[in-house]
Amino acid sequence: MTEGEVLWLDEHRVVSLAELVEVSGLTESELLELVNAGAIPVRESRDAVYTFSARVVTVARTARRLRNDFELDTRGLGVALRLLERVSDLESEIARLRAELPRTGG
Amino acid sequence: MKYTDYYAALGVERGASPDEIKKAYRRLAQKYHPDVSKEPGAEARFKEVGEAYQTLKDPEKRAAYDALGQRPQGEEFRPPPDWAQQHGATPGAEDFSFDGVDFGDLFERFGARGGRGARSGSFGGGSFNDGNGKLPGQDFEVPVSISIEDAFRGTTLELNLSMPEYDAGGQLRRVPHNVKARVAPGAVDGQRLRLPGKGGKGFKGGRDGDLYLDISLKPHSLYRATDHDLYLDLPIAPWEAALGATIEVPTPGGAVKLKVPAGTSSGQKLRLSGRGLPKPRGGAGDLLAVAQVVVPGQPDDNERRLYEQLRDGSQFDPRRRFGGEGA
Repeated sequence: MTEGEVLWLDEHRVVSLAELVEVSGLTESELLELVNAGAIPVRESRDAVYTFSARVVTVARTARRLRNDFELDTRGLGVALRLLERVSDLESEIARLRAELPRTGG
Repeated sequence: MKYTDYYAALGVERGASPDEIKKAYRRLAQKYHPDVSKEPGAEARFKEVGEAYQTLKDPEKRAAYDALGQRPQGEEFRPPPDWAQQHGATPGAEDFSFDGVDFGDLFERFGARGGRGARSGSFGGGSFNDGNGKLPGQDFEVPVSISIEDAFRGTTLELNLSMPEYDAGGQLRRVPHNVKARVAPGAVDGQRLRLPGKGGKGFKGGRDGDLYLDISLKPHSLYRATDHDLYLDLPIAPWEAALGATIEVPTPGGAVKLKVPAGTSSGQKLRLSGRGLPKPRGGAGDLLAVAQVVVPGQPDDNERRLYEQLRDGSQFDPRRRFGGEGA
């Protein structure tokens, strides 16, 4: 059994565009199109060098799966990612409201 | 190996045209794609559908598949002796052994020779061939459920996985893959972790794939987690609610005293700051105790008398805002 280095894909960890290309399987131009469409948020942009929160690794990998499995172009991907993000936000809100509800019914 | 009926997986006839196959795949992909569908078993169903489509959409692979003949789903079989050689499924096909080869992996090697690898649909990453025969290992995504106690204290996961790995001949074979991963305190529902190089092995010097863990928290008998905050139902007696009390409350870090203010009603949230789940970079969420005023189901004679006294002596009207409407 081997022990692996564990990287948290959260807002504290920063990834470069090159790293995002490597782990997502998307091309740099596809990623930049998704950035320009607002589907992948940039953490910092300085002299046209982008950095991202490691959270977006999951979004970019989802984009690659949708591209491959549905043969979507980047415009379609942008729409799909935004809708998935809205669904995810709503699910989080439902989960939070459910957590607040008592189990015993008072 | 066990035979898989790819035509049945897509719900098409064996003589289906490429267009019919594509349409069937698209219809099923929209229904079962794990990024889109919440149906139970969607991921496993999509894996079947994706595997079937990746094979049947490619004329070379479809011909090789058809050459295996039509068999009942799940039937144990071995491909004919000259099958691998005839269809060029793998380099060195003349010496090829099918031992330990998964049916779904049998056709994987076909697509690995040029550009992006064939297996989409699985949550493995794309494969690239750099022209020197190098192939990167597949990425894998694995859901992992941990308890709230494990999220609080941190835990070490021992994952016993089975992953396809290229053998010396370039054919994928399932091999056991055991990985240990230390998860520091602070994981929440939906947290994703990446273990670089712990996915499938690369071939001929190609980089090893990554392993992604998708963490979820198991339901708990006391706590309900939302992000780093925890909710806890706090049953209190009517007199504790009315007069106030100091109550011992469980938290993942141990019991603490909580002051219930006088005049607390059901549903009121009492916050214990920093008593929720720890955050990975310091600090912690809160524990919110949701007050539930609980009355004795069967009051004894003394309790009944005291309640009657309270009823007769109190001016309290819990339904004042109704204003007598609809009575």
